[in-house]
Amino acid sequence: MDNLELQKMANEIRKGIVTAVHAAKAGHPGGSLSCADIMTYLYFEEMNIDPKDPKKEDRDRFVLSKGHCAPALYSTLANRGYFPVEDLVTLRKLGSHLQGHPCMAHTPGVDMNTGSLGQGVSVATGMALSAKLSNDSYRVYTVLGDGELAEGQVWEAAMFAGFKKLDNLVVIVDNNGLQIDGPITEVCDSNPIDEKFKAFNFHVITINAHDFDQIRAAFKEARETKGMPTCIVAKSIKGKDVSFMENSVAWHGVAPNDEQYEIAMADLEKVGEALCQK
Amino acid sequence: MSEVKKIATRVSYGNALVELGNEHDDLVVLTADLAAATKTEIFLKAHPDKHINCGIAEANMTDIAVGLALTGKVPFCSSFAMFSAGRAFEQVRNSIGYPHVNVKIGATHAGISVGEDGASHQCNEDIALMRTIPGMVIISPADDVEARAAVKAAYEYEGPVYLRFGRAGVPVFNDESTYKFEMGKGIVLKEGKDVSIIATGLTVPESLEAANMLAKDGIDAEVINIHTIKPIDEELILKTAKKTGRVVTAEEHSVIGGLGSAVCDVLSAKLPTLVKKIGMQDVFGESGSASALIHKYQLDAEGIYDQIKEFMK
Repeated sequence: MDNLELQKMANEIRKGIVTAVHAAKAGHPGGSLSCADIMTYLYFEEMNIDPKDPKKEDRDRFVLSKGHCAPALYSTLANRGYFPVEDLVTLRKLGSHLQGHPCMAHTPGVDMNTGSLGQGVSVATGMALSAKLSNDSYRVYTVLGDGELAEGQVWEAAMFAGFKKLDNLVVIVDNNGLQIDGPITEVCDSNPIDEKFKAFNFHVITINAHDFDQIRAAFKEARETKGMPTCIVAKSIKGKDVSFMENSVAWHGVAPNDEQYEIAMADLEKVGEALCQK
Repeated sequence: MSEVKKIATRVSYGNALVELGNEHDDLVVLTADLAAATKTEIFLKAHPDKHINCGIAEANMTDIAVGLALTGKVPFCSSFAMFSAGRAFEQVRNSIGYPHVNVKIGATHAGISVGEDGASHQCNEDIALMRTIPGMVIISPADDVEARAAVKAAYEYEGPVYLRFGRAGVPVFNDESTYKFEMGKGIVLKEGKDVSIIATGLTVPESLEAANMLAKDGIDAEVINIHTIKPIDEELILKTAKKTGRVVTAEEHSVIGGLGSAVCDVLSAKLPTLVKKIGMQDVFGESGSASALIHKYQLDAEGIYDQIKEFMK
């Protein structure tokens, strides 16, 4: 996909996020919207996956360590063809395969249950180690939140992955700067994120999380990096492309009401129309 | 019992892992800087390429094991019970239990027989913690023969298993040539009609000896070894309770949430029976030799005998 196609797909994925969270009347729109471009690139360009064969053995693995951003994962999987986009409105409802946090027994394409922060990155590290042990070629990707970096387990995993030189592992930090209780700089500042991962023997790349040229270049660089895992610090905007959600702590874990939903979808339609003019 | 050979079940664990590793390429063993203590070092010597030391980071190790299991390996994740079940509880609950991942947890140094290290390392709560996780199998072997068989059964079983081992040497009372391990099935070691002693782990041989002491007083005790605490052998528990009408449970674990509670759960629902729970009576342990502690907390034959005599009054 070229950048314009990726942008259009990311726009569709954002619409799916807003639609799902609105229908659920609960969920986490802000951090889902901030990582939507990264998710789009992973599933439409970067990863070796097959929606028709979600469990194929040599697939690249993805673990959403910041599991509360399940709407981003679900909307991406739906748009990629793992299940109908229409399913998104069943999010969080009794009987839905779309649980509040990712659950692999329920949803095709989900590689690991997550939601309890810090655990996903360790599981991804274990998958990467596994590939090394048996000389398998698949790669492993995991997306973390910047607030999640306060979990000690993230650094246990980072120390291990760096020590084991797991160059088949890519850790992406969705660095939107906001967590549920406020800006990360006010809650328990995880900065400097890049220097921390460097100290744990990662190759670190800092990018604009909404620029597909930079995203593409970063994943290419990660692929070419040998002997150490890569951390992509993706500087993002929480609530990206929904006017009233952008850079707002309030939209970490709240669903839009009907009126707000109309505005949000109009914002996203506008972004989509602008892309069509290109 | 003094002439019987003693082997710590953590040693059985290390030896069984080597045998499994000889047969199966997908087996991997993890530890968190406790290879020597958990006896995975026996495996490390035989299969250095399949032994992964994660450093002192049990939460990470537990989830590394999950990643390995999800990509086709059969990991045995080894640490002290205090850390395997305690420190990493939430990793076990959310990343092993909830997705029902094929990870085997090899927890050594369970109970007060840890000895000199004291209460910080004497885990009397692990069975209780693990019992609350849906789908978790819990095995608490009583001797070397049973422990080695349990490790192999855990490998063959598809799903999460918690294996509980001890630090101290315990008598080898099972005969390897006739012993058969069946997950979820208790073993009647001695038939009796007056009282049922349902035991697990190191209290099993102690209960057998206590039964011999009771026999001299004219009390005919039935002794049952429950090696699988979950799923528990309901049928056997109901059968013995119906037969004797009085049940005693014995375990090197808190009386809250362990074998005693599991037995009471069965009986209270289906056959209300008077139960005496022998174990750690809602207290922490302390430093001392394993044998001194087992004696002080009345988990040896003498302590079990005394408590049953009192119960039978």
